Amino acid sequence: MMFKTTLDRFCWWLEQTDASQAIQSTAWVVPAVQTVHILAIATVLGAVLMLNLRLLGLAGVDQPLARQSQRYLPVIWWTLPVLLITGIVMIVGEPARSLKNPVFQLKMALLLAAMAVTALHRLRLARGHALPNGRGTALLIALPSLALWAAIVFAGRWIAYY
Amino acid sequence: MDGVLKWLEATALATEIRENEFLFPWVEALHVLAITLVVGSIAILDLRLIGFASLDRPVGRLARDILPCTWIAFAFAALTGTLLFSAKATDYAGNFFFRGKLVLLALAALNMVVFHAFTGRNMQHLSVGSPAAARIAGGLSLTIWVAVVAFGRWIGFTLH
Repeated sequence: MMFKTTLDRFCWWLEQTDASQAIQSTAWVVPAVQTVHILAIATVLGAVLMLNLRLLGLAGVDQPLARQSQRYLPVIWWTLPVLLITGIVMIVGEPARSLKNPVFQLKMALLLAAMAVTALHRLRLARGHALPNGRGTALLIALPSLALWAAIVFAGRWIAYY
Repeated sequence: MDGVLKWLEATALATEIRENEFLFPWVEALHVLAITLVVGSIAILDLRLIGFASLDRPVGRLARDILPCTWIAFAFAALTGTLLFSAKATDYAGNFFFRGKLVLLALAALNMVVFHAFTGRNMQHLSVGSPAAARIAGGLSLTIWVAVVAFGRWIGFTLH
């Protein structure tokens, strides 16, 4: 209950800030920021796809897993700040509609899980026991990663409808 | 043309998508997922053609890894896009950004055909660097797909 009222007050305060008012009153800001956000998540998905298809042995099998990871892992980490910044702009523009939205909260939980799976892949790689096409790797990393990132995109679109 | 659009809107499927509270967002979410996969995958190949990334891999080999994903995702994007269109056919058909998006898709196809059939015919075996024809095709493709996403997003803000 306490948390709820604090969040309510925070949303109300954020909505009154100059930054929020500016975003709300300039029509092109939201679609422009959303476009960048979508392009950034597309970038992440492309990298996630190539990384996990390599783990599953379905793409890039002519080169070592470490090399494929070197190419695509940094793309994920470097694009996340872009998603964070554009995401924050959208939150500032409409605090209550995002922060208090269960779908948004679910999306953030999914994001943490996806980042944990990506970090696990990185850790296994560093320790040198990343199995190339093993079933364990597929079940532990590749499939959860693909499912989580797809769910994040889904949740992102659903924030608008909930 | 107007008659076709009206007929499409009146079909049972279009009516269901329009009136069912959950169907439109579901199809739309699938559409967004499909288009992010199209753009995210094609961008990897475009950046190789431009000479920005994946320079250690031959173009043909990278294309074989990526293009199947791109095409499957594109088929999904086209299917879900058609379903969304059918629900509000006359509105979409009159929307500037929707029309612009179709023109951009046609330009993307033209760029691809020109590169495959003429300017980049021998690129399958290109393993080092990226000649001007490849850089132009990659740059055009990347620019067009970025614009497709922007136009797509603007449809949602201008459709009434």
